[in-house]
Amino acid sequence: MDWSSSLQGLAGGILIGLSATWLMATLGRIAGISGIIVNLITMRPKGDSAWRLTFLLGLISGPIVLMLLGGGLGNVAGGGVDVTGEVIGAPAGGVVLMLVAGLLVGVGTGLGSGCTSGHGVCGLARLSPRSLAATLTFLAAAILTVYVVRHMIGGGA
Amino acid sequence: MKTLMGYIAGLLFGLGLGISGMTDPARVLGFLDLFGAWDPTLMFVLGGAVVTNFIGYRLVLRRKAPLYGSIFQLPTRQDLDIRLIGGSALFGIGWGLSGYCPGPAFASIAGLTLPLAAMLVAMVAGWYLAKAIPSRG
Repeated sequence: MDWSSSLQGLAGGILIGLSATWLMATLGRIAGISGIIVNLITMRPKGDSAWRLTFLLGLISGPIVLMLLGGGLGNVAGGGVDVTGEVIGAPAGGVVLMLVAGLLVGVGTGLGSGCTSGHGVCGLARLSPRSLAATLTFLAAAILTVYVVRHMIGGGA
Repeated sequence: MKTLMGYIAGLLFGLGLGISGMTDPARVLGFLDLFGAWDPTLMFVLGGAVVTNFIGYRLVLRRKAPLYGSIFQLPTRQDLDIRLIGGSALFGIGWGLSGYCPGPAFASIAGLTLPLAAMLVAMVAGWYLAKAIPSRG
């Protein structure tokens, strides 16, 4: 097992947990990415868009800060940000696959009222039965999808 | 002040995703591939985040109100319905196809590629579509 990536995962996870706690402590809001961005785009509720916009800008600037810190961070954190030393990895497929996947993620998180952050990080921490059901469902569906794509269709891509 | 608090929360989230390697779809797909060369990283990310936030919420929700707001806005529904389960299943399929859930997809904008742009545009279209599907009752 690759302990350095596990430790980096744990460190990153703690930061994500702190982010969620911070947003609740300061603004009283759930740190659900899909919910924050949906409400930002649709401008509802009115007059409450500014913090959603700055949250999104912060989210985007996180990886940029890591890239500016460059290789130094890789040495400090141990093992590099990822194997290739790049913070942002390449997409796993082409435009058509991503259009299909994006539509499914959008419709799915819209109907299901949340994604990995809202249901996973925040909902599980609140011991919400809806979030537990949602998290188990999307994890199972994602694992099954990867199984079908890699081991039934793809032959180990 | 609200906007600054929002920025700090987003920055912490983006740093966390970047440090943990979740802005690399290959890492995420490696976790979801239970029957291949399994990569447990995402388990540590989600576990670390949930435990930290569990403790954090316990401390924060003892207060009467957030620092810069009037109330804590928490979901109150407890029931399970087809919208929640069906929606989560569709989301899982899209996540499994791409390795992107909404957080890492938007956090990766600095490394924008054509496939990622397509993913983001389709995701936004999907959100509008979901709003157009009426909920029963």
